[in-house]
Amino acid sequence: MTQKTVEFAVGRNPEMGVDGRPVPSPVAPFDIPEPDLDSEHMLINIGPQHPATHGVLRLVCELDGETVVRVIPHIGYLHSSFEKLGEYRTWNQVVPLTDRMDYLAPLIYNCAYVMSVEKLMGIEVTERCKVTRVILMEMDRIFGHLLWLGTTAIDVGAFTPFLYSFQERERIYKLHEAYTGARITTSATRVGGMMADLPEGWTQGLKDFLDTFPDTLAEVDSLLTCSGIHIGRTQGVGVITAEEAVNYGLTGANLRATGADYDVRKDQPYYDYETYDFQVPVGQHGDCYDRYLVRMEEMRQSVAILRQALDRLPGGPMNVDDPRISLPSKTDCMSDMESMIHHFKLITEGIPAPEGDCYSAVEASKGELGMYVVAEEGSTKPVRWRVRPPSFVNLSAISKLAEGHLVSDLIMINASLDIVLGEIDR
Amino acid sequence: MSDESRSGLDAVDEGVLVEGAASPYNEAPPEARNDHASVAALYQRFGGAVVRHQVNAGGQHVVFVDPSRSLEILTWLRDDAEHRYDMCSDVTAVDYGAGRPVNVVYQLFSTTHKRALRVRCELPLDALEIDSVMPLWKGVDWLEREVFDLFGITFRGHPDLRRILMPHDYAEGYPLRKDFPLRGRFSREEQTRRALNQDPERFYIPEEFEVGGAVQEVRLPPVNVTAAPDRGTTAGES
Repeated sequence: MTQKTVEFAVGRNPEMGVDGRPVPSPVAPFDIPEPDLDSEHMLINIGPQHPATHGVLRLVCELDGETVVRVIPHIGYLHSSFEKLGEYRTWNQVVPLTDRMDYLAPLIYNCAYVMSVEKLMGIEVTERCKVTRVILMEMDRIFGHLLWLGTTAIDVGAFTPFLYSFQERERIYKLHEAYTGARITTSATRVGGMMADLPEGWTQGLKDFLDTFPDTLAEVDSLLTCSGIHIGRTQGVGVITAEEAVNYGLTGANLRATGADYDVRKDQPYYDYETYDFQVPVGQHGDCYDRYLVRMEEMRQSVAILRQALDRLPGGPMNVDDPRISLPSKTDCMSDMESMIHHFKLITEGIPAPEGDCYSAVEASKGELGMYVVAEEGSTKPVRWRVRPPSFVNLSAISKLAEGHLVSDLIMINASLDIVLGEIDR
Repeated sequence: MSDESRSGLDAVDEGVLVEGAASPYNEAPPEARNDHASVAALYQRFGGAVVRHQVNAGGQHVVFVDPSRSLEILTWLRDDAEHRYDMCSDVTAVDYGAGRPVNVVYQLFSTTHKRALRVRCELPLDALEIDSVMPLWKGVDWLEREVFDLFGITFRGHPDLRRILMPHDYAEGYPLRKDFPLRGRFSREEQTRRALNQDPERFYIPEEFEVGGAVQEVRLPPVNVTAAPDRGTTAGES
């Protein structure tokens, strides 16, 4: 073992005063002006890779001390132009692109897309398919809200809700996997139906989830709703009025927290939502805390809708009985000449659409998700496929919400908006 | 040949066209205007500026209006008590290709009357300009920027019109236009070369450096994209 010697360059010894303390050598002159702390704004950069940005989001903040003066969000880091890619794919081939947008609630995107295409083509799906889609969409609303709940709680320093909500999410992952074979990239829908019927025992699995999930939710509720720290961090933070929120295009829980009761499921009902018995929770103050309360109640309402949907889930075929739209079964394909021809035509050519355009919206976990499809006469690919991204529009209001708050509140506001960058950047 | 064997094949040839479906280039019959209160009122008030009316996808009303009067019409639609379209859900554009006009599409919804309306404006390719509706709905800020970014349509009066999804100095054109090739304008080698040679400071936009006097510290290099597009002929390739 070698020994290392470190020599310190020692300057002069400080002189000692009468009390034994070193006397500071006089530094002349003493007239250094006091820094004017109000005059200079600081520019700080959060992200693009930062756990508190909930994705690849970059926020450039202009700060006056610790107060946010201005926020300039930068997006586009995940831009892969799904809409352009969609123009080169047949109607059914677009489905896998949809779940890659909002990977936190993929089934809602699958269902919303085919719903719009079916409306454009004038296809009426079967009753079993309708109820199945309602089940899948409500299940993924819980799925998306649980992720929001866990990650947002972490942002305000509560770690336990994260563990609870991710445990529950894991159970929905398993349901995804049992039905579609994938945990995130589900691609479960097809124009005119679903890719398969629900597997045996799947509804029982969902029922088991519904039996125990409300208890866990109540436990998380008891951890956060009355927690002084949580209330202190969220109440009165990021306030927006109902009128402003509508003008800013906010939708979903962010809008309903302000007191406006716009919910696509009630205002432009689809898949017989008007026949389900459920409430639309609204807040009063439009702050982060109300957004939290609204999402918690939405999960309970989703449980109620899921119970009703499971009760009314009818038998019968999942796909429409039209060889021009739905693929024949594999057995038919191998034994029946016509089925094989239909199969060949559907795979090689796709489904021809009538001329026109169609915008249809669903209430996704993040807000109003609109799918706008444009077709020309007989086109088997979309001329234009446009996604009205809810969190894209919601995030654009962040400058308005964060103005005048502290940097730590900006983190909370960003979390409370419930964004997913895969869908913002598309 | 029996009837059963004919019907299946015929069905494939016929496509899934619904009987009596409306075509976008055919106007809906004039009596259909009365099915939607706002459409009837628009014809009455702005008769000359309403170009066309369609009913698509089982009852969705689409009104084509003159782009030079779009702001006036949209202002009226938002403010008139009978209509009050206080929510502009979406602003987007459609390029049909082949030199046809690019359409700007507004999805409106009235939270008071629970009514939806789609307004479209056709812009010829040599005049891709339209008034911004930012004064009416603040939520269209990013939506208009996105249309500008991906289609190259200028929104007159937008306070902050710059690219949003693509890099701010992207100089290869407008990705969602039909004349833009799917794989971009350059070969894979050229794209890699550009990516490796780029200056990281390029990702900062000049506006960010206004505060704190940092603008003098970072000099943005001039962006020079003049290379001929060598994949320009592969537009149809997927």
